[in-house]
Amino acid sequence: MSHSGTRLLRGSGKSSVGGVPTHALGASRIVERNLRLARNSWVVFLSGVVEPVIYLFAIDVGLGRLVGDVVGPDGTPVSYAAFAAPALLAASAMNGAVYESTFNIFFKLRYGKLYDAMLATPLTPSDVALGEIGWSQLRGLAYACAFMVVMGVMGLIASPWAVLAIPAAILMGFAFGAVGMAVVTFMRSWVDLDMVNLALLPLFLFSATFYPLDVYPRALQLLTQLSPLYHGVALIRGLTLGAVGWGLLGHVAFLAVMAVLGGVVAARRLARRLLP
Amino acid sequence: MGSEVRPVSAWSPADAGDERESLVVARGLTKRFDGFTAVNGIAFDVSAGEVFGFLGPNGAGKTSTMRMVAAVSPVTEGSLRVLDRDPASDGAGIRAQLGVVPQENNLDEELSVADNLYVYGRYFGMRRSQVRDRIPDLLEFAQLTDRGDDKVTVLSGGMKRRLVIARALINTPSMVLLDEPTTGLDPQARHLVWDRLRELTRQGVTLLLTTHYMDEAEQLCDRLVVMSDGGIVAEGSPRQLIAEYAGREVLEVRFLPGDRDAVLTGLDGVGSRQEVLSDRAIIYGEDAEQLTTAVSRRGVEAASVLVRRASLEDVFLRLTGRGLIE
Ligand SMILES: Nc1ncnc2c1ncn2[C@@H]1O[C@H](COP(=O)(O)OP(=O)(O)O)[C@@H](O)[C@H]1O
Ligand SMILES: [Mg+2]
Repeated sequence: MSHSGTRLLRGSGKSSVGGVPTHALGASRIVERNLRLARNSWVVFLSGVVEPVIYLFAIDVGLGRLVGDVVGPDGTPVSYAAFAAPALLAASAMNGAVYESTFNIFFKLRYGKLYDAMLATPLTPSDVALGEIGWSQLRGLAYACAFMVVMGVMGLIASPWAVLAIPAAILMGFAFGAVGMAVVTFMRSWVDLDMVNLALLPLFLFSATFYPLDVYPRALQLLTQLSPLYHGVALIRGLTLGAVGWGLLGHVAFLAVMAVLGGVVAARRLARRLLP
Repeated sequence: MGSEVRPVSAWSPADAGDERESLVVARGLTKRFDGFTAVNGIAFDVSAGEVFGFLGPNGAGKTSTMRMVAAVSPVTEGSLRVLDRDPASDGAGIRAQLGVVPQENNLDEELSVADNLYVYGRYFGMRRSQVRDRIPDLLEFAQLTDRGDDKVTVLSGGMKRRLVIARALINTPSMVLLDEPTTGLDPQARHLVWDRLRELTRQGVTLLLTTHYMDEAEQLCDRLVVMSDGGIVAEGSPRQLIAEYAGREVLEVRFLPGDRDAVLTGLDGVGSRQEVLSDRAIIYGEDAEQLTTAVSRRGVEAASVLVRRASLEDVFLRLTGRGLIE
């Protein structure tokens, strides 16, 4: 059989390699791997786009008619649908990121040897963490864009600032994804995973999601401000309703710190588990 | 069948003197897991172009050693240099130049055979076109040319193993680490894997492998260390080790459980050395005929007597008093 002439082996020696990857690209290789797999699973993407449409209609024609107007962030009244829609976007950004980084990563950590294979290459645990969260946020991006289009069509967007709600949803995705991944490295069994749902439910209900913060008693208001979902909701709501002030940067900072801390812990924990 | 692999020289001409460069240098290398010592202060050198083996039973510390060399497991104590780099500070640089075949296959089960090679090459930071160009050659090397589009889950054990080996070559590594390359394969699949590994050795690539099969070590290794309980108990070429620790020929005298004492008394003093196992005595000497004559002259009540060449199994038995495979 004839040879193609391609060199399979370098032979021995400490000769330097042509293609040592630059580190920043490491995470993108993992995104690429997942993308390759997802070529056949566009249905998942589609469901991510259809879901918010159904939710928004339900709120607009159902709850919205019942409740009428509520007081918006800057004190002016807004329709209930315009008030609740950004909260839905924020909640789904949270749920999507947490689901991906807990259930999905738990499975991969436990049953697959995928990460072992990745870490035998120049990739590092940080690349793995960033790559997996980055991948889940590609879906988050599709979801957020579809959501904003539907909101626009339904007349629920009050300001051009609303465009920034898309990166805001992605920032939320990174923050929740990073913390979710840090948490999942401590989990031993599927039972532990149920705790995730247990933690998400109160967040969902008590983060000024479906009613303004000032309907809560004072003590609960303070507690609510510790909720990362609250900061996500307040940020996205401020943007879609055009109630923009310096205060929004506080929410951004909260989420950014959460993303960085979560990411650092996740990468350290992955290293301990995968590189004993 | 010819192979795609083009021969390359074992080391660059500049190094072709007596002094071959060392690709791995370990001194006092130690690995502990929560106080349990898996590797206990071992020292070894791997030279460019050689096939270097770790022979030892399960639990000897082979995998722990390989993982430290592969820069995926921190060194607890001692010093280790791989490709002239420090795994603690430059792990990614080392991994970029290694090919790794782990003890358990870790293929991407959700991807096709060809995509496994593709994404792996991308993990190394190779350009898309560069990876695509390499895939047909690697598939041919693995003898999987027609299977590129198959899911890896449908491959046989031997095919998966060959794919993992081919995958380890994607980055044109300077050295390939193989942890028990043929464990769990049937004899025919083993021979195919051996054939692929010999193809690599023909090109002078440096291989570092572990095994608990003495035939694998004898067939493939230029030099090996015998490991037991986290330590190295002997080092040399298979021939040297056998000559030094086992002699040339061996007589195995099997006995029935009840005859044990009588047989052992009868064998007393025969050969240069003896090892007694539960069902047989192994007698070492230089000349099997002499041994056989001695045994038959004494009228020993053996169930069977077998003459064979001394092997690495005997070396291990001599050094540790145990067999390689429990
Ligand atoms: N991650 C780990 N944590 C704790 N003990 C380990 C770990 N890996 C290996 N060991 C222990 O170290 C010893 C050597 O294991 P290993 O290096 O896998 O040996 P081998 O590859 O020769 O079978 C074994 O007793 C094993 O149980
Ligand atoms: Mg092992």
